[in-house]
Amino acid sequence: MKLITAIIKPFKQDDVREALSEIGIAGVTATEVKGFGRQKGHTELYRGAEYVVDFLPKVKLEIAVPAVLVDQAIEAIVQSANTGKIGDGKIFVTALEQVIRIRTGETGEEAI
Amino acid sequence: MKNFLQNKKSVLFLSLALLPSIATAAELNQANTAWILTSTALVLFMTLPGLSLFYAGLVRSKNALSVLMQCFAITCLISIMWLAGMYSLIFTDGGAMQSFLGGLSKAFVPSMGTASLTGDIPETVFFMFQMTFAIITPALIVGGFAERMKFSSMLTFSGLWALLVYVPVCHWVWGGGWLAELGVKDFAGGIVIHVTAGISALVTALVLGNRKGFPTTAMPPHNMPMVVTGAGMLWVGWFGFNAGSALAADGSAGMAMLVTHISASAGALTWMVIEWLRFGKPSVLGIVTGMVAGLGTITPASGFVGPAGALVIGVTSGIVCFYAVQIVKRRFKIDDSLDVFPVHGVGGVVGSILTGVFAAESMGGLGLGGVTMLYQVGVQTLAVAVVAIWSALFSYLILKVLDKVMGLRVSEDEEVQGLDIILHEETGYHNL
Repeated sequence: MKLITAIIKPFKQDDVREALSEIGIAGVTATEVKGFGRQKGHTELYRGAEYVVDFLPKVKLEIAVPAVLVDQAIEAIVQSANTGKIGDGKIFVTALEQVIRIRTGETGEEAI
Repeated sequence: MKNFLQNKKSVLFLSLALLPSIATAAELNQANTAWILTSTALVLFMTLPGLSLFYAGLVRSKNALSVLMQCFAITCLISIMWLAGMYSLIFTDGGAMQSFLGGLSKAFVPSMGTASLTGDIPETVFFMFQMTFAIITPALIVGGFAERMKFSSMLTFSGLWALLVYVPVCHWVWGGGWLAELGVKDFAGGIVIHVTAGISALVTALVLGNRKGFPTTAMPPHNMPMVVTGAGMLWVGWFGFNAGSALAADGSAGMAMLVTHISASAGALTWMVIEWLRFGKPSVLGIVTGMVAGLGTITPASGFVGPAGALVIGVTSGIVCFYAVQIVKRRFKIDDSLDVFPVHGVGGVVGSILTGVFAAESMGGLGLGGVTMLYQVGVQTLAVAVVAIWSALFSYLILKVLDKVMGLRVSEDEEVQGLDIILHEETGYHNL
């Protein structure tokens, strides 16, 4: 099992969710986050005063995935979240030791 | 107030407004009464919640409640002070001192009943209508010291300011004082409200000093939809402010409403176009700020000029106030946090002086009443200058005394945490 953490552009959230559903992934946790990478910040103007906004809004998706679906899930996210422009985000894949469904107590891939 | 002061002899004004025994001889006009009742509600609506929301949206989220609280508390404080003596000191005969200050015979308005009239409307309605102007003026100054002033000092300052700046200036212009005798024209408060508040906001910004981090740290508005909501309410409320100042439901009120609307639209579009040309995009904050500039600038002129004059005044306000903001904020780096001086102060000065020009019949106005344009512009300029100096001087003195007695600012740490939690133990927004 792997935990996929994807940082994406907020307006790509629905596309990614649909792409993940198509390959049979049933659960995603989304969080509104702020950050910067190579895209850096942007500027905003208020009454002519320019402000540099360092942290840009992004969406962080966390997805627990059975081993067999990991490559497909990554492919689905890369395809659906890609705009080709700087700032599309990152995907982190980490090992996932255990998953427990709170309602039934099921564990492992059964619980995903 | 303007009708009495500018269009009729001062003797008539005195008999109508100041001596109840004679005033009751006039007959109640129900149409006028209905309109001024409505206008009173509209002008209070400008402060609660119009200006409050406008300002609260412009500050950072950690200070949103503090600004709402300041406007609310000022409203309550000034209302009680108005009853206690402000109304009397402005609108009753001051005897030998009349040129400078009214008397105290109507403190707590002992003689005011349901039958008392001011002109042809109930005195209660006149009292309430005028009170709403006294409320919004110190509330406007909040924008100058937002996000850093102690609540206790803010409230004390506002009360003393109302007494030492608003009361005398309002008496000079609308209470039959020396500026009224000179024939100054201020229909709805370009001098009485916008010059006093604008200049004083600049002084508060200078005396308190910049917010921590200004101008290097970004301090963008935390809620632009709130700003636009408040701005829209200000526009609508301003019809009561300006058209209500006719103190009658007549053609003068209608013309005041028309020119108010034209100037607001022209100011807004002008600001929008300047931003579009200079920065590439027309901003929402830009268009609503231009609207406020247009409204503030037409205020003194609203009962005296025609639509063409209003158009020129509106466009002028957009240009002048836009550059005033750039100069104050970017060149002098003065943290008049919500731009009260460049928008209201500068707009008030420009509008009050242009009133002397565009009130002339030759300029499409309603007439100067027998004096030359040069004389009128001279009187307007003199009034603006004296009121500006008075406002600056007394604002400075009040602040300096309060600084010694109770301190003006919260500590740096408290400023970073935000006034909402530090001063009011509440927060505007909760997450989880």
